[in-house]
Amino acid sequence: MLERKSDMFFVYLAVGAFLIGLMFLDAAISRQLDGESVRERREIVRVLKLTDLCLFTEARYTRHPSMADLNTPFQDHPMSLDHFPSGAIMGPPPHLKTQTQR
Amino acid sequence: MGVINKQRNILDFTLSSLGRRKGKNLALVVVYTFVIFLLASVMFFAHSIKKEASLILQGAPEMTVQKLVAGRQDLIPTRYVDTIRRIRGVQSVAPRLWGYYLDALSGVNFTLMANADLKDRPGEIVIGNGVSWRSGTGKGKQSIRKNDIIPFKTYDGSVLTLKVKGILPFASELVTADLILVSEADFRKIFSIPNDLTTDLVLQVGNPRELSTIAAKIKQMHPDTRQILREEILRTYDAVFDWRGGLIIVVLSCVFFSFIILAWDKATGLSGDEKREIGILKAIGWETSDILLMKFWEGAALSLSAFFMGIFLAYLHIFLGSFILFEPALKGWSVLYPHFRLTPSINAYQIATLFFLTVIPYTVATIVPSWRSATIDPDAVMRM
Repeated sequence: MLERKSDMFFVYLAVGAFLIGLMFLDAAISRQLDGESVRERREIVRVLKLTDLCLFTEARYTRHPSMADLNTPFQDHPMSLDHFPSGAIMGPPPHLKTQTQR
Repeated sequence: MGVINKQRNILDFTLSSLGRRKGKNLALVVVYTFVIFLLASVMFFAHSIKKEASLILQGAPEMTVQKLVAGRQDLIPTRYVDTIRRIRGVQSVAPRLWGYYLDALSGVNFTLMANADLKDRPGEIVIGNGVSWRSGTGKGKQSIRKNDIIPFKTYDGSVLTLKVKGILPFASELVTADLILVSEADFRKIFSIPNDLTTDLVLQVGNPRELSTIAAKIKQMHPDTRQILREEILRTYDAVFDWRGGLIIVVLSCVFFSFIILAWDKATGLSGDEKREIGILKAIGWETSDILLMKFWEGAALSLSAFFMGIFLAYLHIFLGSFILFEPALKGWSVLYPHFRLTPSINAYQIATLFFLTVIPYTVATIVPSWRSATIDPDAVMRM
């Protein structure tokens, strides 16, 4: 059936496109299935009055970036370098730059 | 039918030609796949975490009020509650008590928070799922169970023992992994915080459109405070995983420059064998357009193979493999790290962006040098 190399190539493309389709299907199904757990997490955030995701626990300004101020990454002295690796991953929250306008 | 047959014949020839340089082309596809895999992994991870944050943090307080002293956050007097409550439009003001507690034994930095439900139950705590694991790594046996006792060293030097009365669900680990909920009395005892001070205040407002007006009024009333709106919290996670910032730009730059090298290698010229092949094809009657078509199919075959594989592997890596390659970078020096699974969030825009960033430039880069060789006299090309 697949006598020619071009046939095999087109089958490969079809399989690739099918896998991408499967990815979208899996994402849609997962969103449906996770809907309840997302609602549960949102409710915990609301009840406990939480403000941030627990992604990095090593430094306070990356544990609660939205609550941080511009000075915390340089807490030792004004010329001190930000020495936590997660500080390199995250940028500063945008509201720190616009805070003075309010 | 004639056009399709011609294309298929050229494609057959191209694939056979690629097969003759199997080792080189296989290595090329592996490297190319890895480049696309990294690019797609970063894209999927950043997009999903932003989506997750935007869904979960919808429940965050509408406004948080902090007191600043010399540019740093400080404890806020509880008397501010009454003055802020009097502002028209404010529905409720609640003080929050929270802070960080470094457990000297495990080296874990916990987030301690006073909880209203535990107000009449001093001596009891509720812990996040991550706290309950031995040394906070999430591996090995669960070391803290319900009714276990945890000792806390207070700021006055004494030891306070608290009993675990509950463990927060695993599903909430993304927000509560390091969280320990205590009663207000215990919180004040551990950190020696007087009763007239609290960490910050959270507000509920009747009309969300009045938030910025209320924030301005609070600022006017208490110039030593700053206000953080829920929209700003949501924007924080949009910005921290923005492609222009942090590690993401470093990874993207590496991937981008690797791809440039890959494409540049193709664009700067063909190997002697490839030139000879073009010369022979021209000599036996192939048109320049046929050769360009052959090179187009060559570029398309290599880049599409890498594209499909790279994207699929990235999806498996991020959503089924728990982004294992990114874990060391995300963990940093954290002793306690949350173990969570991201809900897949992909869209056609991401796939199209990846396609136009990788497949199109590579395919074009393959055609350009071939056009140069294909327009030279076949005899001269074969003698090169």
